[in-house]
Amino acid sequence: MKRLRIGSGSAWWGDRVEPARLNAEHGDLDYLCFETMAEATVSAAQVRARRDPDFPGYDTYLDDRMQAVLPGCIKRGTKIISNQGWINPDGAAQRVTHWLRELGARGVKVAAVSGSVITDRVLDLTDTILENGKPTSTLKDSLVSAEAYLGAEPIVEALRQGAQIVITGRVADPSLFMAPMMHEFGWDPSDHVRLGRGIGLGHLMECGSQVTGGYFPDPGFKDMPEPWNLGFPIIEVEEDGSAVITKLPGTGGAVNLMTVKEQIFYEVHDPANYLTPDVVVDFTTTQLEEIGPDRVRVTGIGGKPRTPTLKVSIGCMEGFIGEDMFFYAGPGALRRAKLAKQILEERFKIVGLDAEEVRIDFLGLNAIHGDATPKDLPEPYEIAVRVAARTKTRAEAVKVGREVDGMAVSGIAMTGKRVPHQDRTREIIGVWSSLVPREKVQSSIAIYES
Amino acid sequence: MRVQLQHVAHVRSGDKGNTSNIMAIAYSEDLYPLLKEQLTAERFKAYYGGAIKGPVDRYAVDHLWALNFVAQGALGGGVSRSLCLDNYGKALSAAILGFELDVPDRLANQLRGL
Repeated sequence: MKRLRIGSGSAWWGDRVEPARLNAEHGDLDYLCFETMAEATVSAAQVRARRDPDFPGYDTYLDDRMQAVLPGCIKRGTKIISNQGWINPDGAAQRVTHWLRELGARGVKVAAVSGSVITDRVLDLTDTILENGKPTSTLKDSLVSAEAYLGAEPIVEALRQGAQIVITGRVADPSLFMAPMMHEFGWDPSDHVRLGRGIGLGHLMECGSQVTGGYFPDPGFKDMPEPWNLGFPIIEVEEDGSAVITKLPGTGGAVNLMTVKEQIFYEVHDPANYLTPDVVVDFTTTQLEEIGPDRVRVTGIGGKPRTPTLKVSIGCMEGFIGEDMFFYAGPGALRRAKLAKQILEERFKIVGLDAEEVRIDFLGLNAIHGDATPKDLPEPYEIAVRVAARTKTRAEAVKVGREVDGMAVSGIAMTGKRVPHQDRTREIIGVWSSLVPREKVQSSIAIYES
Repeated sequence: MRVQLQHVAHVRSGDKGNTSNIMAIAYSEDLYPLLKEQLTAERFKAYYGGAIKGPVDRYAVDHLWALNFVAQGALGGGVSRSLCLDNYGKALSAAILGFELDVPDRLANQLRGL
């Protein structure tokens, strides 16, 4: 019976690199898959590319990741699927061939999968913004980038053409992990039963260590062995789409019913209808069984036919956020923080801060949960006053940091402060969603050889 | 006995746009029915007060002992627009750990962290 071993190499752009190297060297993997994109990644990359001609447009850690895993992958014959291409899959694929040549691996085929970017025609192809029901044409002036979420099929086609490494732009995260299953087991794109299982498994894998003990430990309630040394997950998949989730021996963390359950529902709304480009997944029939240490068997994930549309992410320039903080401690910290808040509010009126929203938090008391914070809590010993404002222009956002500067010598007693750094503003790239008929989005594949 | 939810269930939150999904998964099969009965969508939304601006839907998957609360308008306009330090609402699930439930004494040995 054929069984595939697929490992995780990353769950987001900033993820650790070392566990990917361990999976490549010791995982006995058929495939190693990397997920490196967030909702705003493409738009942020477009903005950066406009200003920085030297920015290549792909994962800024591409070199680190490939140098870490290519030796192990070449030795074992492990294929790589990765969405590190961002807005330049071809550039990323060519960069990978460079590292392959450095390692003496000649004749390796590296595919670049493109076609998700539809910025130039998104306003013609889409109607309604899903979040607010307004026409997408209202985004015309602020539009930076739009990309459709591709499914697994173009990756499968690249593998069919002999690629050993496939680098993509925007592809739905779980599809990166399902593509090898479709390719190796010959699953048909219309086989929603198997695709449902495969995408469900991809969903469990796409956030990496969140299924092996990451985002999990809570001392005394949910403990984890060696949480500083988490292994990235490995999945063993059979031809019918049933699977075992596990991780390398000797790594920290755990795979158990609790870690898998938490990840089933992560970023899922209706668990009976999880929409992806390849299939609609039904997680409500999932069966889990602990069959050994760090081994959970997953069966019964349901699937329904895919929808006629693809999700589109539309990134827009929406202004700026100005943000800074300063500190109080000791007896009376809260009363000084409250006066500081009042001073800032008056100062913002005096300097005419033109903001869509201003937020002044007492970090240590209510900054994280806001209105959900319980009332009548004991007074904390230390408080950071943290102020943020959302504005249309950078000039307005800068006022936040400038008024915090003023608190240094014109403020109140015992105000702690940081050394002023940068201008304490950042751009907002807001992301909206819409739907596009799937036949309007054409992917393309280019093959490069080392 | 009356106990905080943290002794009854484990939680995790995820983000999509301006919507946070917050799951509560019972620590045991016996604890799940009382979690499901007492932590309704209405009580969940009320517990978060003004931190959730939109409606809350609850999805129950009984055999996994899991409740999934989908809270619209919980992320300050979405990750990139939010003025909250925790832009993703990763820590938002922790608030519900303080929700109090009535648990029969005979189930005390199934509670965690006591």
